Amino acid sequence: MRGHYRILVGMAAGVGKTYRMLEEGRQAQGRDVVIGYLEPHDRPDTAALAEGLEIVPRLRAAHGELELDEMDVDAVIARKPELALVDELAHTNTSSMRNEKRYEDIDEILAAGIDVISTVNVQHLESLNDAIFELTGVRVRETFPDRILDEADEVVLVDLSPEELQDRLRAGKVYSPERAAVALENFFRHENLAALRELVLREVAEDVEARRQPAGLEPLSKQAVGERILALIEPQPKSQRILRRAWRSAQRLDAEIDALWVRSPGYEPTPEEATQLAALRRLASVLGIHFLEEDGDDLVEAVRRVAGERGSTYVFVGTPDERRRVEILRGSLLSRMVRELPGLDIRVVADRTQRETQPQ
Amino acid sequence: MSRLAFWRQRAATAAPGGRRLLVPFTDGELDPVVLEAAIRIAKVWEATLVPAYLMVTPLDFELDAPLQKQVARAMPLLEAVEHAGLRADLAVDARVETGRSATHALQRLWDAERFDRIVVPAPTTRGYGFTPKELQWILMHAPYETLILRPDPELDAHALEVVVG
Repeated sequence: MRGHYRILVGMAAGVGKTYRMLEEGRQAQGRDVVIGYLEPHDRPDTAALAEGLEIVPRLRAAHGELELDEMDVDAVIARKPELALVDELAHTNTSSMRNEKRYEDIDEILAAGIDVISTVNVQHLESLNDAIFELTGVRVRETFPDRILDEADEVVLVDLSPEELQDRLRAGKVYSPERAAVALENFFRHENLAALRELVLREVAEDVEARRQPAGLEPLSKQAVGERILALIEPQPKSQRILRRAWRSAQRLDAEIDALWVRSPGYEPTPEEATQLAALRRLASVLGIHFLEEDGDDLVEAVRRVAGERGSTYVFVGTPDERRRVEILRGSLLSRMVRELPGLDIRVVADRTQRETQPQ
Repeated sequence: MSRLAFWRQRAATAAPGGRRLLVPFTDGELDPVVLEAAIRIAKVWEATLVPAYLMVTPLDFELDAPLQKQVARAMPLLEAVEHAGLRADLAVDARVETGRSATHALQRLWDAERFDRIVVPAPTTRGYGFTPKELQWILMHAPYETLILRPDPELDAHALEVVVG
């Protein structure tokens, strides 16, 4: 039977994750507990708390001409404890090790039926990597996939206010005084810590919310509450506006966006249209919009098909540029969309770029 | 103006292949005086106004990576500039272009599209607009007629929204 996995997550170094991990190890009375790997960070309080707990000897692993300490996974598994404490799950092992990342080592320990408590900082989460860079200007190289949190049995937040963490830094409880001074001027600035704290709180809250949903109901509930926008575009200037409007709405709705261009089968864009399409692709890319191209003679039919496949809930469309004769024969595009796309909200984006002065 | 003359004029200005006036800007702001001047020039010249936000992408990212912070600054500004052009009854064809620097983004833009004239904002006292070095680069490399517009010193302190509401 697979071991129980508990992850202690914090906003930054120094909030007390390792300390909490050791405390929990000590409090697991009557259980066989070992330290699989500990990063004491030269913190006396942490080292003191580790005293008395059995430490599985580390492995000396070759790293070029150097030798570095790594967790000895095989030794931890051979020791067969009930609970292993393993610090810093996002750590990258030296190249001579079997696994590239420590979370892979942990996976082997769990598979051997051993419970694990581990620690990590939120900035290592893969999906937050870009956001962290934008918030702090620091590119985090050691990342771990989001599924690690999803698959853990418990994710526990170790929280500290930015002020308290800065106080700990100033008191030399996290880094040496020289290093702490530099850290306070850089990564550990108040605004950085506040943003990181917000991220970690949101992450853990989402994790809690996800655990509240019974697994079998999740796709249904997602379908019921999640919004997804389908923006219909053409190789024309007005489509830039449609994409920007869709993006703005997506910000409010927390929605994904697809941009769809439906072209007649075999149709080759003119050079001007090709230029417009390239510009739309660039804008879509910058806005994080998925760009789709579909062949089809019937726009409404193509939209119905794609909306069904993508789970769209909103359709953004520009003011239709229809000939009156087609409108009379086939009905207006908008009325067909309303009639033939039940369950989809339709929003018409005004075509102000083509607003014209009436001829005298 | 006769109906036929109207449609001919409209075809000449708004149809594909009409004149295109590029107004690049960056850093989350476009000087209002420069915008007004660009609109006047586009009107007189019967050109499509192409406001282009140049987005600088850090080396760690793919060139077209979605950068939320920058996009959040760029989109409202682009909308505001587009509105200002539309209020002046201009055809507007806005762009966002990415590059490793503002000049790199500009180079990518005019490599991909044809323009007829460029209106470039000179630096403001608040640090917006192109730097002297960038302006020098534009003058040396722009394949089109280039106008460099200095902001009105008295209006320099005001933000774009003062003018475009």
